[in-house]
Amino acid sequence: MKPVIKLVIAILPVLLLIGCGSKEVKEDDTSATEDARVVVDGGASTAGASEGERLGDELGGQGQAGAGDQVAEEPVEPARDLLSERKIYFDFDESDIKDEFREVLQAHAEFLVSNPSASLVIEGHCDERGTREYNMALGERRAHSVFQFLTLQGVGKNQVRTVSFGEERPDVEGHDESAWKWNRRAVFVYAE
Amino acid sequence: MIKRVYLFLFVNVFMINLATAGLTIEITEGVEDALPIAIVPFKWAGEGAPPEDIAAIVNADLSRSGQFAPMGEKDMLAKPTSPKQIRFKNWRMMDMPNLVIGQLRPTVDKAYTVEFRLFDVYRQKQITGFKYKAQPGQLRKIAHKISDLVFEELTGIKGAFDTKIVYIKKFSNKDPKPYRLYLSDADTFNEQEIMRHHMPLFSPTWSPDNKNLAFAMAGSRGQGIFVFDVTTGKAPKRVTKRSMKASAPAWSPDGKKMAMQVYENGSTDIYTMDLQTKKMQRITRHWSIDAEPSWAPDGKSLVFMSERGGSPQIYQYSFDTKKISRLTFKGRYNTRPSFSPDSKSITFVHLSPNNGYNIAVMNLDTKEMSIAADSGKGESEHESPSFAPNGSMIIYAANYSQKGKRGRKTGLVAVSVDGNMRQHFIDKGVGEVREPAWSSYLN
Repeated sequence: MKPVIKLVIAILPVLLLIGCGSKEVKEDDTSATEDARVVVDGGASTAGASEGERLGDELGGQGQAGAGDQVAEEPVEPARDLLSERKIYFDFDESDIKDEFREVLQAHAEFLVSNPSASLVIEGHCDERGTREYNMALGERRAHSVFQFLTLQGVGKNQVRTVSFGEERPDVEGHDESAWKWNRRAVFVYAE
Repeated sequence: MIKRVYLFLFVNVFMINLATAGLTIEITEGVEDALPIAIVPFKWAGEGAPPEDIAAIVNADLSRSGQFAPMGEKDMLAKPTSPKQIRFKNWRMMDMPNLVIGQLRPTVDKAYTVEFRLFDVYRQKQITGFKYKAQPGQLRKIAHKISDLVFEELTGIKGAFDTKIVYIKKFSNKDPKPYRLYLSDADTFNEQEIMRHHMPLFSPTWSPDNKNLAFAMAGSRGQGIFVFDVTTGKAPKRVTKRSMKASAPAWSPDGKKMAMQVYENGSTDIYTMDLQTKKMQRITRHWSIDAEPSWAPDGKSLVFMSERGGSPQIYQYSFDTKKISRLTFKGRYNTRPSFSPDSKSITFVHLSPNNGYNIAVMNLDTKEMSIAADSGKGESEHESPSFAPNGSMIIYAANYSQKGKRGRKTGLVAVSVDGNMRQHFIDKGVGEVREPAWSSYLN
């Protein structure tokens, strides 16, 4: 009895991942898109397809091993759903896109390219240091960096709008780097 | 004189008159070479307690200027309220050269008369004296007018106590409309809310005739500059095109144009706009950020901040030569410049080597910089300095960090330009006070 439960628990996430990658589940996978807070009709699941399938393939071997007489006990890392990442962060007084966020932007670019009807508002935000008007300009500059990245990847210029909130809308309240690092950001807001 | 009392009319639904001043005044630094003056408590000829302590208001005004050292009431040996009661010899013995006395009386029509006289003790002569009729609610204003007259008689500079300030207060994010625009007297009393909004409101400023306020609003559909007519109280009007990402309004001295910062195609630059024709004129063209323009009251130049030199510094644009020159070289961060009324100096935020955000003043002839308000080693952060219309004081917003506490106390601070006198108006309310801007003379 026990080993069976163990086996089910071990392969459950694997089965779920495989499920995500399979076509039938994908079509009506609205709950997943909602979880990811994608407010675009049907498009997100299509965009996520290649990612889901790729992971499914990779995990196939492990899943089979689990189905044999050996029990896979390592926890399975949840798939990184790049499209569900809606914020990227900047260094102080900088508007350059950091390398660690290129992957996220790439995913959004691909999605927007394959969904020309989707539109995105990029919000630029700053930490509280510096004057308000300067930060309005800096916020625009951050949003513009994202805009440039996306349009260079082929995203239509009419699909993306930028807006700066300067330092006016911090994500995290606080007056030191532990808060500031979360406030220097660009936020992606998909429109319906 | 009294009939000329200037009143702001508010009839709009936006208006909620809070009227209570949630601010307290705290004098933190004194001066040694200030003029001694005795302001004797005014006689109250009505019943009960006087509706306002006129002498105390005049006392606070003159103290705040840094140029006067009013005598404490307990040090007064006598408290005359009419000329006949004055024994000049007594005041001379106390080395007190200046004396203000007065009376406050109720009238039959439920108003008041206020009478005051300023005496030169050594010459035993009245220097000036006026009698006012005041409606209830105007007594503080009359007191500020008295302060203005005393200040002008004794310093030769027109007083700026009977003036207004505008500022923003930011309330908790749980509040559906946390951004609010306020007006108050220069001493932060008579606070009135003008409007509230869920989108950020910032950069409020006065038109030169004090009849309009301009401010900026952020938002994905709403960014732009708005003008609010203080005399009618009608809903604010957008003056920039809906598609234009404009902020940081600054009126030209004739009130016909407005300088602003505009973001377009990756770059923020300075423009001017004709308010009538809406025609835009580009002033700067640089890939780096150019922001925060202030229009010289003499109309000859703009100052603004720019990052073109690698760090935020202050630059001046001459309308005559169309040339841009750098003004600040000390420090790696100088921002938010604002002109003095005589166009001879600017005040701005200067980051000191120990990371304090200080209020600095620069004489534009000598290019010498002085610190009017030192923020210490980061225990407070100063922002948004604005000159009084007589150029003798600067008002700014301060954030005071509180050890071990998440939130910060904020307040407005009035400082004499020489930095010798600082007066803090601490907000006891929940809102965070920001960006004060001082009006010009009301009359």
